[in-house]
Amino acid sequence: MKTNDKQNSPLKSLLEKKYKSGFLGRGEKVIPILLFLMAAVSVMTTAGIVITLIVETFTFFKEISLTEFLTAKEWYPFSESAASYGILPLFVGTLKITLIASLTAVPIGLAVAIYLSEYAPETVRKLMKPVLEVLAGVPTIVYGFFALTFVTPMLRTMFPSLEMFNAISPGIVVGMMIIPMIVSLSEDALSSVPDSMRHGALALGATKWEMTWRVAFPAALSGITASIVLAISRAIGETMIVSIAGGSTPTASLDLTASLQTMTSYIVQVSTGDAGFGTTIYYSIYAVGFTLFLFTLAMNMLAQRISRRFREEY
Amino acid sequence: MALVAFKKQPDKTSKQPSVERRSVYTTKDCNLWYGNHHALKNINLDMKEREVTAIIGPSGCGKSTYIKTLNRMVDLVPNVKTSGVIEYRGRNIFNKEFHVEELRTRVGMVFQKPNPFPKSIFENIAFGLRIHGIKNKKIIHETVEKSLRQAAIWDEVKDRIHEPAYGLSGGQQQRLCIARCLALEPDVLLMDEPTSALDPVSTLKVEELIRDLKEKYSIIIVTHNMQQASRISDKTAFFLNGEVVEYDDTYTIFNNPADNRTEDYITGRFG
Ligand SMILES: Nc1ncnc2c1ncn2[C@@H]1O[C@H](COP(=O)(O)OP(=O)(O)OP(=O)(O)O)[C@@H](O)[C@H]1O
Ligand SMILES: [Mg+2]
Repeated sequence: MKTNDKQNSPLKSLLEKKYKSGFLGRGEKVIPILLFLMAAVSVMTTAGIVITLIVETFTFFKEISLTEFLTAKEWYPFSESAASYGILPLFVGTLKITLIASLTAVPIGLAVAIYLSEYAPETVRKLMKPVLEVLAGVPTIVYGFFALTFVTPMLRTMFPSLEMFNAISPGIVVGMMIIPMIVSLSEDALSSVPDSMRHGALALGATKWEMTWRVAFPAALSGITASIVLAISRAIGETMIVSIAGGSTPTASLDLTASLQTMTSYIVQVSTGDAGFGTTIYYSIYAVGFTLFLFTLAMNMLAQRISRRFREEY
Repeated sequence: MALVAFKKQPDKTSKQPSVERRSVYTTKDCNLWYGNHHALKNINLDMKEREVTAIIGPSGCGKSTYIKTLNRMVDLVPNVKTSGVIEYRGRNIFNKEFHVEELRTRVGMVFQKPNPFPKSIFENIAFGLRIHGIKNKKIIHETVEKSLRQAAIWDEVKDRIHEPAYGLSGGQQQRLCIARCLALEPDVLLMDEPTSALDPVSTLKVEELIRDLKEKYSIIIVTHNMQQASRISDKTAFFLNGEVVEYDDTYTIFNNPADNRTEDYITGRFG
């Protein structure tokens, strides 16, 4: 009686039909292949980019020695007679911008992230999140003009010795550009710390700040570090803002008030200029690009190491 | 219908009338609302020092709410309103002059699910000392060891004290959390179903621990386990729908309850 019931149930017969059709699980075999192909596309694209970069960089080093590239103190490619290809000035330019941007963005970004995740009332959080997303979506060229036409003049009224093109203004604005990234990723990291840990600390008589600083923040540290490094990588690679407001004077001087050139803005200058295909200048942008690539790669590896070192498992 | 297996007889030695126990917590007409939901209704309870008070009752009757009110952790829930008075050692905990940080330092809490910090075993225990400004390395080391011994977990962790607390088993983590409270030498321990996430062996260890700790501490424990309440507690409060139905010696509650609803609950006829 009971078994009869089971066999006659419409669900059972539908399932039986599916078993018999032999289709069960066939689609499953295709899925990993499809997904693998998608993964392969992105890996191959990356490989293609890296290979192009390396090949063209080699061409450059056939003409200019690696020693000159690394040790010469000047970047002066446009001179016919006395061209000099020392990466140092462009490297220093990038470093100055990155440093100012980080000094601006890290403290503000972390403060905002902590405020939003630990202190802000729900209404404020709901308001701030979309605002930050809008900020993250502003095209960098807009930031560039903001730096050149607003921040620089404002700074110049305070510090008249500041040149029209300088490191401070684009540095600060690059910092503003990466703040949303730090806030958003760090806030995610903080909010994913379980409340039970917060309660554990508060129940021991910790104040809210002690709990935040000694429990929530360390627990989120690996995510926070990752957010900072990602943001700094973006600052290193940022192009538009520094091209517009930083000038185009490669210099190894540490002066922050004078015109400078970063690796990225040099690449822009050459690619938008009229350096002919096949010239040394043309190949130099690959060498600079490759240096930039190594630079960010090193940053990311450093980040991984740091976040593994500080990881607090839970 | 037989009541819960109850081996313990009224314990003559622990009921010496000559020892006058003082109150740790006196609750007077306490009410609590979550928004419009009236979760605690006119609670009146007087809990004595160096006793284990068990709080029992069906799910949703307000046990956790009450125990979280005792150290004001319930304040963390938005839109909570309270009325009435809860005196901790004679001081109204709702009084503005009584800082929650002080209250929560004097009154430790152990949660249902073990919640160690994602730090080493050592740092978990040292945390409370550090936030209260204790920097002396020797004192910290001694207190860590003492607390772990008190919580009966020292032998299991002494060789791995600087390893992450999350490498411990659930039962060990729970005893670590108890040790974390003990490090601050609290006066009262609040425990909300501290063994409900543990296996029977760990549960027994925690129960043994509670029995040892009551020599020095006052313990208030929420439990769904009737045997546990009868095994470890001196007094039992039966909660139902946000009210205290009955509060008496555990022996009386389990053998001769005054209220039918109490009897129904502990014999498993409802709830
Ligand atoms: N944060 C909250 N917000 C709103 N209502 C709540 C909140 N916490 C608890 N309640 C309500 O208050 C009542 C008492 O809850 P409480 O958690 O104190 O029950 P409990 O006795 O501990 O139950 P359990 O045995 O299931 O843990 C329940 O009706 C619950 O839905
Ligand atoms: Mg509960």
